[in-house]
Amino acid sequence: MPHFVSPEEFPSHRNDEEVLPDAPPTDATPSVPEDKESEATGNDTKDKLADLLFDDDDDDEFPASSAPERRNESSANRDAVDSSAPQPAHVDTDTMLAFYQRLFPFRYLFQWLNHGIVPSPDFGNREFALTLQNDAYLRYQSYATADLFRKDILRMNPSRFEIGPVYNTNPRDRKTLRGGQMKPVSKELVFDIDLTDYDDIRSCCEKANICGKCWTFVTMAMKVVDTALRDDFGFQHILWVYSGRRGAHAWVCDPRARNLPDDRRRAIAGYLDLVRGGTQSGKRVNLKRPLHPHMSRSLEILKPYFAQTTLVDQDTFVSSEQAQRLLALLPDKTLNDALRKKWESSPDRSSTSKWADIDSLAKTGKSSTLNTSTLRDAKQDIVLEYTYPRLDSEVSKKMIHLLKSPFVIHPGTGRVCVPIDARKAEQFDPLSVPTVTQLLGEIDAYDAENPSNGTGTDAVDGEGSMPNDSDVRGSRKLQDYEKTSLKPYVDYFRSFIAGLLKEERGGKRERNEDMTEVKTESMEF
Amino acid sequence: MIRQDFHKVDPKRRATLDHKKKQFAAPVYKQQDYPHRLNFYDVPPTAEITLEQFEQWAIDRLRILAEIEACSYRNKSPAETEAHITPLLQKYLPLSSNTSSSLGAADQRLKNERQKDHYSHFILRLAFSATEDLRRRFARAETMLFRFRFQKDDSREKRAFIESLNLDWEPISDEERRELSEHLVNATPGLRRVDEESWYKVDWERVPELVERRSVFLYRGKAYVPGREQLSMIIAEFTARLERSLELTSRALPRLDEDDRLTPILNHLSKNFGSAESVYSEGEGFVDGAPITANNIDQLSQHFPLCMRNLHMSLRKNNHLKHYGRLQYTLFLKGIGLSLEECIVFWRQSFKGFTDDEFNSRYKYNIRHAYGDVGGDVNRRGRGYPPYSCQKILGDSNPGVGQTHGCPYRHFSVDNLIGLLQSTGISDRELLRGVREDVEKTRYHIACNRVFEWTHKAEIKRVKEDGTWNQTDLDTIVHPNTYFKRSYLLKQVGKAPKKA
Repeated sequence: MPHFVSPEEFPSHRNDEEVLPDAPPTDATPSVPEDKESEATGNDTKDKLADLLFDDDDDDEFPASSAPERRNESSANRDAVDSSAPQPAHVDTDTMLAFYQRLFPFRYLFQWLNHGIVPSPDFGNREFALTLQNDAYLRYQSYATADLFRKDILRMNPSRFEIGPVYNTNPRDRKTLRGGQMKPVSKELVFDIDLTDYDDIRSCCEKANICGKCWTFVTMAMKVVDTALRDDFGFQHILWVYSGRRGAHAWVCDPRARNLPDDRRRAIAGYLDLVRGGTQSGKRVNLKRPLHPHMSRSLEILKPYFAQTTLVDQDTFVSSEQAQRLLALLPDKTLNDALRKKWESSPDRSSTSKWADIDSLAKTGKSSTLNTSTLRDAKQDIVLEYTYPRLDSEVSKKMIHLLKSPFVIHPGTGRVCVPIDARKAEQFDPLSVPTVTQLLGEIDAYDAENPSNGTGTDAVDGEGSMPNDSDVRGSRKLQDYEKTSLKPYVDYFRSFIAGLLKEERGGKRERNEDMTEVKTESMEF
Repeated sequence: MIRQDFHKVDPKRRATLDHKKKQFAAPVYKQQDYPHRLNFYDVPPTAEITLEQFEQWAIDRLRILAEIEACSYRNKSPAETEAHITPLLQKYLPLSSNTSSSLGAADQRLKNERQKDHYSHFILRLAFSATEDLRRRFARAETMLFRFRFQKDDSREKRAFIESLNLDWEPISDEERRELSEHLVNATPGLRRVDEESWYKVDWERVPELVERRSVFLYRGKAYVPGREQLSMIIAEFTARLERSLELTSRALPRLDEDDRLTPILNHLSKNFGSAESVYSEGEGFVDGAPITANNIDQLSQHFPLCMRNLHMSLRKNNHLKHYGRLQYTLFLKGIGLSLEECIVFWRQSFKGFTDDEFNSRYKYNIRHAYGDVGGDVNRRGRGYPPYSCQKILGDSNPGVGQTHGCPYRHFSVDNLIGLLQSTGISDRELLRGVREDVEKTRYHIACNRVFEWTHKAEIKRVKEDGTWNQTDLDTIVHPNTYFKRSYLLKQVGKAPKKA
C-alpha cells in the first residue's frame, strides 16, 4: 500500500491528492501550495493558539508574533522555488501529512533508535509522545517496527512528536503493570541550548527571534560542548539537531551514554554547567584558579568568539547599563572609577574600545591596589560569562525527559529540525533551513523538470526514507527527499547512523563471543 | 535462551558436585577464611551457628550501629565519634589486625572475631532489608562503621585489602603522569605537585561526585583520580554494593523458608534499631492537656525552636509562606497535636489577603495531604508525612530566594542568625558568642540546645534538683517537636507550685 490515507481524514474532494506522491507534475499536485496558502490564512488565529498551547518549553515559550517579518527577510535570500510560492504562516494538516508521506525519513529514524536493522526492544520499548493537531498530547506510544511507526504517524498526523526513553517493558503495557514496575532503562544523553537563555547578553534580537549574529552563540556552545563530550568523556556519536527555531539539541548516542543512570547524567550536566544564577545574582562565573583543563580549553575556544561576537557583532557593552554591569564584574575600585569617567565622557564608545580600555588604564598604574592576576582572572571570568554555553541542564539530568525528534517540523516556523554537522557548525545557517512548504514545492519543481521520473502510481512508495532496494543504477528511482534541499541533511543523518551501527555491531559481537551457536542478529537486547 | 552454565558456580559453593546427582546431594560449602581484617561482605556466611549466637551477635552489632547513628544525629565531630565508639567496639565487636597476633590471620581468635563481624552483618541485613527507610539507615550506619575501621587499619593491610577487591583501578605510569602533570595539577584542587600522589585511572562513572564538582581530570572517558580520593571511592563502592544487595535481600525475604525461630528475632531486632530520636513515633510530640488550637499558636510559639519561630514570624509578617516553609511548619504543628481542622483554620486565618476560593484551591489540599487526609493509599495509611526531624531539616536543600524553611543555625549567615535570636529576646553576650562558635564548627544542634538550656536554665535546675526529670529526659534535642514538648513541660513545671 503506497499511502495510509484513510477517507475520514482526507476529505473526498481532495482525492486527487491521494495520488500526490506519484502524480506527474501536470496533475493537481502543484495546486497544493496555493491551497495551503488560502487555508493557512483562514486558520491563522487557530494555529497561533495551537502554537501557544503546543509549545515545548525549550523552544516556543513565546509565540512568534514577529515571525512573518523574519520570514520575509529570510525569504529574500531563498532560492527561486521558494520565493515563487508564498509562505503560509503556519503548517496546516495537509502539508504535514504530505511531509510525513513523502519526506520524513522514518526508516533512518528507526535504524537510529533501534541500533540495528532487525527490530529490537531498543525501538519497540521506546516511548514516543505525539502532539496531535487538536492539541491533545499522547504519551507512551510505542511501535514494534518502522512500518508500524510510519503507519501510525500518518494516521495520527501529529504536528510534532517527541522521543523518550527505552523502558524495561513496552510502554503501551504500562497499565497492566503494578505501579512503579515500568522503569526507564536507557536513553540518549541529551543537551539543550536555547537562545532565550542568552537574552541578557544578545542585543540584536530577543525572545523567539534569531538572526545570524546571535546564532553564533549556539555555534560556540556546540563547539565547547561537543569538544568536552568527545575529549573528556570519550563519546563519539553526537548528533546535533536544529530545534526548528532558536536552539539546538545534542543527542549523545554512544551505548555508554545511553545507559547512564540519572545521577551520572547529573554529574555530566554539573561538569558542563558554569553560568549559574539569574540576572540579579551579580557575578555569575567565579572559577577557582588554576582553571580546570576543561575550562582553560573552553576559554581558548571562546576567546575569538568573544572578540568578534560579543565585542563587535553584538557590541554588548555599548549601552551604559551593560557597561555598568561590566564594571561590576571587575575587581578594582580605583580602576573602575577611572573607566567610568572615561566612558561617561564618550558615550558611544564601542565595546572593543571599552574592553581595550581596561588593560590600557590598568597599565598606566593609576590604581595602587590593582592586582594584575586578579584582573586577568576577572577578565577570563567575564569572557566565560558572556560566551560559555548556557545549557538547560534539567533536560540532561533525567532519563525520562522527552525531546523533540529530529526531522519533525517546528509548528511555528515550518522549518525542519535538521541535523547539524558539528564539524562544520560555523557553516550552518538556521535561516536557510528548508521549510516544509518549500520542500514540497521543490519536489514538484523537480518532477516538472524530470517528467520521466514520476510515472506509474505503483512505482513510488510514498516514503521518502525507504532504502533503495534496487541496485541497478539506471532503474533506481529517486526518493522524494533526494529531489529537495533536505537531501544533504538526510545524507548526513545516514552517515551518522552508519557510524553508530558499525560500533553497535562490533559491540554485539564482543558480547556474544562465547555463544557462537546463537545467531547474533536475533540476540539483540 | 535457556542454557545453564555449569562452569559458573556460586562462589560459596564448591564445584565438586556432578550436576546429574545434584538434586540428591547435600550442598557442601566452602569454609571462609578471613585473610583481611576488613570485609566487603560480598559472600554470605554458610556455616552453622547456634540460635543464641545468632541473636547475641546481632544485638552486639546493633548496639554499635545505633551508637554510630546517634553520634551522627548529634552532629558529633569525627574525633568525638571515634572517642565514643572505640571502647564500645572493643567491647562488643572487636576486630584486630593481622599484626596483633604472632600467627597473623591464622590465629583462631582473629578468625572468631572476623566470623562474628561477618555473620552479624548478614543477620542484620536480613533484619533491616524489609523497608526502604530501614535499608537506608542500615546502609548509612554500616558505611560509617566501615569508614571508621578502614581509617584505623594500618596501611599495609589496607593495601592488601584493596588489592583483594579487584576494583579495576589502573595505576598510571610515571611517564604518563609526567606528560599530563599540568592537567592533573590544574584539575585537582588543593594539589601542588603531581609527584605527591599516586594516581589511578578509572572509568569516570565511578567518581560522579568528582566529575560533577569538576575536580578531576578527564580524558576520553577516564578519570584520573589521585590516591587520596581512594577512601571516598572505596566507601562509595562499599555503599553501592551494600545498597544493591539489601535490595536483593528485600526481594528474597518473602521467600525465606523459615521455621518461626528466626523471624521473631529479626523483627525484634529491626524494631530496636532506634536511637529513639532517629525515628519519630506518632504522637510523641503531643503534650497531654495542653490547649492546642489555631488561636493559641501565637501564644505557644514562644516554646517553638528557632526554625519554627522563624517560620511563624515570617508568616505573621508576610501573611504568606512558600511551599516548603508551609510544609515544614504544618508538619510541626501536626506534631504538637494540632488537629487537621484547627490547622486549616490556622492557615486560613494566617493567609490574609486571599479569598476563600483562592485558599481552598491553592493551599488546602497540601495541608490535608500533610495530614494524610488525601493522597495515595500509602500516604493515607501512614497518616501523612512524619514531622521533620533536625536531621531532615538540616539535610534538605538550602532555602532559596523568598523561602523560609530550613534551620536558621545552618542556613542563615551568622549575623542574620544573631539578629534573629536577638529579636526573640536573647541578648546574653556569652550565649551568643557560644552560638557563634558552634555554628562555625557546624555544630548546629549544639547551638540550638545551648539556646534551649539558656532559656530554660531556671526550670532545668529545678527539675534536676527535684529529681523529677532524669538525665535521659534532658538529653540533646534532635527534633523540633521534642524541643516544643520539653520547653512547654518545663515552663509548666516552672509555673506550677512545687509538687510533693
